[in-house]
Amino acid sequence: MTTSTPPIDTGKLDEIIRQFEGKKTNLIAILQKVQEIYKYLPEDAMTYIGSRIDGISPATVFGVATFYAQFSLEPKGKYEIKVCDGTACHVRGSMPVLDAVKRKINLKNGKMTTENGMFSLETVSCLGACSLAPAMVINGKIYPKMTAAAAEIVIDTILKENV
Amino acid sequence: MSDKKTLFINNTEVEYTNEKTVLEVIRNNGFDVPTFCHRPDLTQFGACRMCIIEQDGKYIQASCTMPPKEGIRIETNSEKVRKIRKTILELLLANHKRECLTCNKSGNCELQKYAAEYGIDEIRFPKLEEKDYLPVDSMNPSLVRDPSKCILCGACVRACSEFQGHSVLGFVNRGSNTRVEPMNGRCLSQVDCVFCGQCQAVCPTGAISIKSSIDEVWKKINDPEKKVVVQFAPSVRVALGEEFNLEPGENTIGKIYAAARRLGFDLIFDTNFSADLTITEEANEFVERLTKGGVLPMFTSCCPAWVRYIETQHPELIKHLSSCKSPQGMLSPVMKEFLPKYYEGYTKENIVVVSVMPCTAKKYEAIREQLYGETDFVLTTQEFAKMIKAAGINFKALKEEQANSPFGQYSGAGTIFGASGGVAEAAVRTAYYYVTGEELSNIDVTPLRGVDANSRTKDTIIDIKGKQVKVRVVSTLKEAEKSLKELKAGKADFHIMEVMACPGGCINGGGQPTSCLDSTIKEKRAQGLYEEDKNLEYRKSHTNPDIKKLYAECLGGKPGSEIAHHLLHTTYMDRFTGSYKDIK
Repeated sequence: MTTSTPPIDTGKLDEIIRQFEGKKTNLIAILQKVQEIYKYLPEDAMTYIGSRIDGISPATVFGVATFYAQFSLEPKGKYEIKVCDGTACHVRGSMPVLDAVKRKINLKNGKMTTENGMFSLETVSCLGACSLAPAMVINGKIYPKMTAAAAEIVIDTILKENV
Repeated sequence: MSDKKTLFINNTEVEYTNEKTVLEVIRNNGFDVPTFCHRPDLTQFGACRMCIIEQDGKYIQASCTMPPKEGIRIETNSEKVRKIRKTILELLLANHKRECLTCNKSGNCELQKYAAEYGIDEIRFPKLEEKDYLPVDSMNPSLVRDPSKCILCGACVRACSEFQGHSVLGFVNRGSNTRVEPMNGRCLSQVDCVFCGQCQAVCPTGAISIKSSIDEVWKKINDPEKKVVVQFAPSVRVALGEEFNLEPGENTIGKIYAAARRLGFDLIFDTNFSADLTITEEANEFVERLTKGGVLPMFTSCCPAWVRYIETQHPELIKHLSSCKSPQGMLSPVMKEFLPKYYEGYTKENIVVVSVMPCTAKKYEAIREQLYGETDFVLTTQEFAKMIKAAGINFKALKEEQANSPFGQYSGAGTIFGASGGVAEAAVRTAYYYVTGEELSNIDVTPLRGVDANSRTKDTIIDIKGKQVKVRVVSTLKEAEKSLKELKAGKADFHIMEVMACPGGCINGGGQPTSCLDSTIKEKRAQGLYEEDKNLEYRKSHTNPDIKKLYAECLGGKPGSEIAHHLLHTTYMDRFTGSYKDIK
């Protein structure tokens, strides 16, 4: 990533930990709060939390963060693209949509965020919008009945807006 | 409370009382089921499912997490159970790096053992390809992690958290991507691992193993230019025999000396001797701190894992650590310095010091900046046993021999260093003499003894001529952390604290023969040490004639002399900076 990781504000983290009484049973809630601030879980933040809360360690925090799909270890892009890959979307062709978006935003192997920090792409299991399958969501806005070509147009529009 | 109830195992009615799980009932009554993740000293996990049994001909249950119930009928070896176990084994082997021949743990691997016992002669699933192997972590002096051999039993994760309270290892990801790793896929050396090796000791496969120094030691032995001298830690003598089918706790030190000579070591010495040396220095330091108002409580510094823990986690407490080197750390420079005086052909440069330790962290200690170049190679008990086997030595048939002089004779106080409480007990015996000029009458400080899970923190008060000296002994860093919390809260009620990172002390160290399947083994080993102590001519470190001789001839006459300080004491450093915790 070209964007360097921002330094961690431990004061803010302490505040969140205090809010949840520093209990290890509240770890998931704490991580959710942290993710709200940074849009992802920076390694340093996880390390800090792991050393601050009694009875857990950085490795434990990392384990929880990697277990749940809701937590992201990579910074999200300015545009968060979610392509639904639930059963309905899948059979109606969500994979070609995903591939098209991936190609269009030039996402390198295994990464979820583009190098310029503009887009991040992930699949989600079901958006509950099966009647609109295959569905795609960008920053909360739903794009229904997608095709590969339609997805490319959507991305093109965003790119134009950001020139 | 202890009402006798009965249930049926394989149609035999058996009684049970307080057993918490069916697995215990099964094993207490002469039956057995295979297990990977079950370790008596750790919490139950129920991960590997090898211990499944059939209940009442209907249910398949994991016996390690199932409470016993009156009257149930259990089959440990029915057709159905056997079939399922075989499938589980096959699935475990499906994505296992099947390189048994070249695996460190070959012959000592539970997966290998059960695969053979269950007659797995064919695995239906394709072999893992080399490109799919996960990277091996061998970037530290003590341990090798090979995640492609991991069966996810979680024993190491539990050991790290339940013994050391430290959780350097944890599960990451989920489902088929689950792995056991330090934080964010780092190497063990990049996180605050203390290298105690307990993860290795409980690992049923080759996923975590000891980093071997055997080849380098052979090379030095075969080098005619080099004089290779060896020293043996206290707890090696009561455990090594297990590798040769002798009973745990049987003291084989005479045979060990003999084996070392046959392997080609030039001179054989004993770390017990330098344990005595450590005590004379450490007791001296303690008495000085006590009488001259130094920093109290004083922490012992024999355990390298504990020292690293203080340095990385609580550097502000470094001043509490005794400045004495560990027995390994003391004997090595003493030998390099003074052997040329006693033996012809020995020079400081051509002496190679090998130490045989129960401990993987000693490998790390040997390369500490402050001690680098003193101990050249550290072998664990397991590695030394491998060397004996490789050399074709019939260990059982060996005649007992003696160590060489002048660093071979030892007192009982040096011997008991190997068990939790031993260092403190030895220190008390000598400190009493230093303060009063008289010998302690009852030298068996029994409140400090005991190595089971209930004796991880032990306290006693020694009356030294009206001065009440409070002694605390802890084993495992998790327990030590509790005492450190007391200290930081200003509530520490002890003058000296002995810490050993492994549960029960060095006898249960990370380099010892496997002992995680039977929690009585460490008690037997400790018993072996206390037995030797009882029968030795000298039982206090300061009465050891070789120690007196060493001080008289080489070390400036008395403990704490300038030369003693130079050779036998060390410094510690704040390792907090640069550690992954340092975020400001």
